[in-house]
Amino acid sequence: MGKAMSWVDRLLGREEKSGATAKKRLQMVLIHDRSDVSPGVLAQIKDEIIQVFVKHLDINPEDVVVNVDQDERESRLVAEVPLMALHANGRR
Amino acid sequence: MSGKVITVTSGKGGVGKTTVTANLATALAMRGRKVVALDADIGLRNLDIVLGLENRIVYDLVDVVEGRCRLRQAMIKDKRHQELYLIPAAQTRDKSAVSPSDMVLVCNELRQEMDYIIIDSPAGIERGFRNAIAATDHVLIVTNPEVSAVRDADRIIGLIEAEEKGPACLIVNRVKPAMVSRGEMLSIEDIIDILAIQLVGVIPEDEHILIGSNQGTPVAMNGSNGASASQAFRNIAGRLEGEDVPFMELKAKISFLDRLSSLFN
Ligand SMILES: Nc1ncnc2c1ncn2[C@@H]1O[C@H](COP(=O)(O)OP(=O)(O)O)[C@@H](O)[C@H]1O
Ligand SMILES: [Mg+2]
Repeated sequence: MGKAMSWVDRLLGREEKSGATAKKRLQMVLIHDRSDVSPGVLAQIKDEIIQVFVKHLDINPEDVVVNVDQDERESRLVAEVPLMALHANGRR
Repeated sequence: MSGKVITVTSGKGGVGKTTVTANLATALAMRGRKVVALDADIGLRNLDIVLGLENRIVYDLVDVVEGRCRLRQAMIKDKRHQELYLIPAAQTRDKSAVSPSDMVLVCNELRQEMDYIIIDSPAGIERGFRNAIAATDHVLIVTNPEVSAVRDADRIIGLIEAEEKGPACLIVNRVKPAMVSRGEMLSIEDIIDILAIQLVGVIPEDEHILIGSNQGTPVAMNGSNGASASQAFRNIAGRLEGEDVPFMELKAKISFLDRLSSLFN
């Protein structure tokens, strides 16, 4: 969770309010509820997708980002593979 | 004539399904519609006492389904209105006493005489819920601005879509404007963002609702005597009838300190 708040932040009310925390937590839990994919399985799928790119392309694992995107009531896994980085790595 | 079947459901218990059913049925009857409120919460009947009709019950839904009486005989007339009726649930039976196809038969018969059939669903996602949505034309999902109620509402929305009974609409009940303005409660916008369905009603936390239940007089009957919940239910009735009723502004009494701290945010 969030890092400790300084007394200045507390005084100025900069701590995240519980309403905002509730929204974030709900958005996360509903990804798993809706897809019936547990958090652990989702993390494993992400890992394996990244490994596929790393295996076939000369690329660093950190260059591949796999995220869950939400649109209305649909969630989808979106993989981003920067091709510029691919080129640069190929020359190394 | 072909009446419309509206199911009030939620997943989670205690969020206000029975309160919404009683008040919506009342508000629609006050607009001159022919309305029957049907309690599908078999074994835990409550709509009768919230509507103030508990002493007039002779027959119930299970008696109708099992052929011990005609449908008309189980319809208790609320004498305070032109055309408002209650079909009570059985108290000493369980949900298996009624099947989804029984509900379709009963609702089809009611459709011929009534403008609206409003069904109070039990909590949960089992047989009672299946019964409540079997004949529905329109599902209203009640939730509270609270994580577990919103999560359960999401599950119900998924089930309604899977059953092709959607799109469902949302009623957010027990909103505390002061907490929302302090940032300590999910706002209506947050909930709509998360659930991504159409909003038809926002009902504030209001002690007149409890007072109304105590007396068996749904708050929707209170004229314009200040109860904002009363207006909220009449607004939902208007929206269901296709009127473009603006959402009430729920005003919070914001303290000086709250205002000061929001200046710094
Ligand atoms: N907006 C509200 N403000 C205050 N009390 C409410 C409100 N909505 C519901 N309640 C109270 O909450 C309790 C549960 O409501 P009920 O309609 O029986 O829920 P459900 O049918 O979903 O189990 C009741 O005591 C009711 O009076
Ligand atoms: Mg109830």
